[in-house]
Amino acid sequence: MVLADELAKQQRSISVAEFFEKNKHLLGFDSPTRGVITTIKEAVDNALDACEEARVLPDIFISIKKTANDIFRIIVEDNGPGIVPAQIPFVFGKLLYGSRFHQIRQTRGQQGIGISAAVLYAQLTSGVPTIVISRTGPKESAHRFEIQIQIETNEPDILKSEAIEWDRIHGTRVQIEFKSTMAARKKLIEYLRYTSIVNPHARFRVELDDEAFTFERVSQEVIACPVAIQPHPHGIEFGQLKRMAQGGSERLLDFLVNGFSRVGKKSAQEICDRAGLEPTIKTDSLDTDKLKTLLAAMQAAAVPAPPSSQCLSPIGEELIRRGLDKEFQMDFVAARTRASSVFSGHSFMVEAAIGYGGKLTADGNAILLRFANRVPLMYQQGACAITDCVSRVNWKSYNISQQGLPTGPILILVHVASTNVPFTSESKDAIASIPEIEKEVVLALQDLGRDLKLFVSHRDKNKLAEDRARAVCAIIPEIAEKVSEIVEKPIVDTSPIEGKLMRKLIVKKSTRAGKVTIELANYSGFDGEISVYEISADSASDSTPRVDFVSEMDGQFTKVWKILAPSREVSRISYSGKGGGILEIRGIDDAKKMVVDLDV
Amino acid sequence: MSREELEKKSSATLLRIAGAWYDQMKGGEIPSISLPTRTKYNIEFDDASEVWKYGDKESLRTAASAKSATHILKMAYVIGFIKQQLRENRSSTLREMYYISEGWKRAKFGAQDESNFLIEDLEILSDVPREGFHLHPEENGASIYGPMRIREETRRGMKTIHCQDDVGQAGYTIPNSIENIEFVDHDAKFVIAIETGGMYDRLIENGFDEEHNAILVHLKGQPARSTRRMLNKISSTWDLPVLVFTDGDPWSYRIYGSVAYGAIKSAHMSELLATPRAQFLGLQPSDIRDYNLPSDKLTDKDVEALKSELTDPRFATDYWRKQINLQIEMGLKSEQQAFAARGLDFVTKKYLPERLAEMGIL
Repeated sequence: MVLADELAKQQRSISVAEFFEKNKHLLGFDSPTRGVITTIKEAVDNALDACEEARVLPDIFISIKKTANDIFRIIVEDNGPGIVPAQIPFVFGKLLYGSRFHQIRQTRGQQGIGISAAVLYAQLTSGVPTIVISRTGPKESAHRFEIQIQIETNEPDILKSEAIEWDRIHGTRVQIEFKSTMAARKKLIEYLRYTSIVNPHARFRVELDDEAFTFERVSQEVIACPVAIQPHPHGIEFGQLKRMAQGGSERLLDFLVNGFSRVGKKSAQEICDRAGLEPTIKTDSLDTDKLKTLLAAMQAAAVPAPPSSQCLSPIGEELIRRGLDKEFQMDFVAARTRASSVFSGHSFMVEAAIGYGGKLTADGNAILLRFANRVPLMYQQGACAITDCVSRVNWKSYNISQQGLPTGPILILVHVASTNVPFTSESKDAIASIPEIEKEVVLALQDLGRDLKLFVSHRDKNKLAEDRARAVCAIIPEIAEKVSEIVEKPIVDTSPIEGKLMRKLIVKKSTRAGKVTIELANYSGFDGEISVYEISADSASDSTPRVDFVSEMDGQFTKVWKILAPSREVSRISYSGKGGGILEIRGIDDAKKMVVDLDV
Repeated sequence: MSREELEKKSSATLLRIAGAWYDQMKGGEIPSISLPTRTKYNIEFDDASEVWKYGDKESLRTAASAKSATHILKMAYVIGFIKQQLRENRSSTLREMYYISEGWKRAKFGAQDESNFLIEDLEILSDVPREGFHLHPEENGASIYGPMRIREETRRGMKTIHCQDDVGQAGYTIPNSIENIEFVDHDAKFVIAIETGGMYDRLIENGFDEEHNAILVHLKGQPARSTRRMLNKISSTWDLPVLVFTDGDPWSYRIYGSVAYGAIKSAHMSELLATPRAQFLGLQPSDIRDYNLPSDKLTDKDVEALKSELTDPRFATDYWRKQINLQIEMGLKSEQQAFAARGLDFVTKKYLPERLAEMGIL
C-alpha cells in the first residue's frame, strides 16, 4: 500500500467543536483563571445585546460560587426577551450558531461562538451539563434545559428538558460549572466595573463567593438598538458577493441597487460600466471571473460612505462622563464622540474620554480603558492599536509627563464602535492597526489633551489665588506685627489691605493664651445673616456672643453661631479653649468667603 | 568709616526699610521691596573704580504671594534681630543667626544659604557690609606673614602685632572684621597673595619674605571677604603692589579675577573688596612650557572654563588671550607645587626672582 493510501485512512473532516477543544486559547479559554472572565463576558455580552434588541433596561445578575474543590458555578441571569424553547439547545449547544453574524450593525457578540464555547469548556473540565432557563413572556411558561455539545458532530445534546415555574416574566438564566480559580478576581471586578461604565443604562448585581455588590445604572434611557444595514460595495469580499449573487436571479443593476447600501442607479451603472458587464445580465449567470471583475469595479467606484447613524450606537459624551464619574472620583472628566468614519467599507466611530486627579494614583502610568462595541478589552494591552495611539500622542505639549503612555493621575478611555471591529485575533482582546481608526483615536485624544491642559492651568490659577489669599490673610498680619515692633509704633491694622484685595468675607481663627478668637471681616458686599459651624473639643460655654446651638458627641462639641455680619465691618467670636477642629461658614456663596486657620 | 559710623548707618537704613513697610501697610498697601537683580546679567564694569558692580536692573518683591510675603517676613525678623544686636553690642556668626531663626516660626530659614542670601540683600539695600550688622562668617580668614605692623582692637583690648616678630610660623590670622585694624607701619616692597598653603609655607620656610621684603598672604583657595578686604586695605593704605600667585588652571585664574575685580555674589561691595591693582604672577601657562613643569591633561570642563574666560571682560587683555590660547593649545595644567620637581629652592631662588624682575618689581 502506498503511503498516500495509508494517510488517506487517517484523513477525515474535523468538527468545529473538536477544533475548538484543541484550540481553546483562540476563544479566550487558555487558562482556568481566564475561563471565568471569558464565560461571564460572553454571557453578559449576550444579555446586553438581547436587552437592547428588546428595548428594556438591562438588569443583570451575576453569581460565582465555589461548589467543589476547584469547580465554580457561574450564573448569569438577565431580563431580556428570552429565547424560544426550540432554539435554546442550538444557541447554547452548537458552536457558530447565532443571529447576528449575518447582520451589518454594531453588536457585542457576533459569531455565536462565545457562550457555547463556555458550555463546551464546562463539559470538558467538570462534566456537569449547562442549565438554561428561559421565558419569553408572561403568557408563556419557562423552560429548563440541561445541555451539552456532541463534540464529534457539533450538535446539541439535550439531557433534560422541562417546563417549569419561574418568577421572572421574561429573561434567560444560564448556569455553567467548570474548573477554575479565582486568581483573577480583581480583573473580574475590573471587567464588570468597566462594562458598567460603557453601559450606563444597565444594572449589574454581583455575588462573588459571599460578597454581594451592585453596579448601579446612571441612565434611565433605553439605548437605541442599532439597525442592520446592507453591505457597502467597498466592504464586501468575494465569498459574500458570490453567495449573494447566486442567491437570486435579479438583473445586475437591480441587484446592486437593492442589495447594497448607498448604491443608486447612477453608481450601479458606473459599476456595470467599469466591470464591462451588461446591467441586465442575471446575477446567477455570472461566473467566478466575471464576479471578480465585478468586485474590482465595486471597490473602485465612487460610492458615498455607508450610513452610520442607525447601525452604530455610540455611548455619547454625557453618558461616558457620568459612567466614569460613578466609578472613579476624579477632579476632571472630558469626553469626545467623533463623527463616524469608514475603513474598507465598514462604518466606525471613535469615542474617547480623559479623567484627571481626584483619587487616581499620582505616580506611574495612566490607566487605560479600551472598549470595542461597548465591551471592555481586558488583555493584550500592549498589542492593541489603541495603546499605540495613546503613546503616539505628544502628551508633553499638554503639560503631561510621558513615558510611552502618559504618566500621572490620568485615566484614558477609548471606545471603538464599528459594524466590524478589526480584532487581532478571535479572542477579541486587541484592536488591529487600521490607519483610519488610528487617525480618529489620535485626533480625539489630542482634542481631550487640550481640554485637560486648560483645566490644569485653570486649576493652577485658582491655586495662585489661594496662595495670594494665604499671604494676605495670614502672613501680612505677622509682618505688620514684627515691623510695628521694630519701628516702635502701635500695631498697624492690615484689614484694609485684606478688604481691598479680597472682596470676601474673611474668617480668621486663632488661638492665643487659652483664648480662641474667630474674626469675621466682611468685605464681600454680602449683607445678612451667616452661620458659623465649628466642631472641636472646646465647649465654648463662655463664648461672646453666646453659642446659638451646641451638641456634644464623644468629647467633640458641634457649635453654631448665627451672626449678622454687616458689610465692611469686623465681628468677633471669642471663648476659652484650645482651638483646633473644623470651622465652616454657611449662608454665603463659596466664592465670597475665605476661611484661614492661623494656628495651622 | 569708623565703627560707630558704620553702626549708626546700618541702624538707620534698616529702620528706614522697616519704616517704609509700616507706612505702606498703614496706607492700605501690600508691603514691597525693590532689590537689584543678582545674576551675572546684571553685573557691570565700573570704569571709575575699575571693579565689577551690580547694574541698575531691579526686581520688586511684593508680599502678594505666600512666598514673597514669607521672604519679607523673614527680612523683618532679621532686621529686628540686627537692631537688637546693635543695641546690646553683641555679634553672632551667620550660622548662629540661622539657628536663632528656629524660634521665628513662619519666618524660620530653611537652609543657611537662604539666610546668607538675605543678609547680602540687606547689605545691598543699606550699603553697609555685614560687619556693620555685627554678623560675620564662622570660618576665620586666612593668614599673613611679613614685615608689617598692625594694631587690632580685640575684645580683650588693643594689641599691636608685628606680622613676623610677634607671630608663630603660621603667621597672623586675619580677623573677620578688618574695620577694627589700624595699619601702623611696614618695611615691605610688595605683597604676594598665594593660593595654596603648601606654597605659602615653602616661601616662609625658605625665608623669601625676609630676603625680598615681601608680605605673604595665604588666600586659602577662593579668598574669604575679610582676606580680600585685607589685600584692598594694604594696597590702598601703603600703596604696595599686590601679586597673585596661584595654580596654573582656569579655576585659579578666577581666584585672581575675584581679588582684582570682585565676585558676582559680592558685587555690591566691590569697591571695598577688590584690588584693581593686583597683578597676576603665575603660574602662567607659558611657565609650564618654559620650565618644563610636571603637568596634568586639561579636562573637558577645564577647556570649557578657559573658553568662557576668553569671552569674560575681566580677562579681555592681550596678555590673558595669549596665555589662555597657549594653554588650550598645550592642553596642560600644573599646580604651584610642581616647581618642587626642580628642587625645593627652585621657586624662591630662581622662578620668583626671575618673574618679579620681568614684572619690574625687583
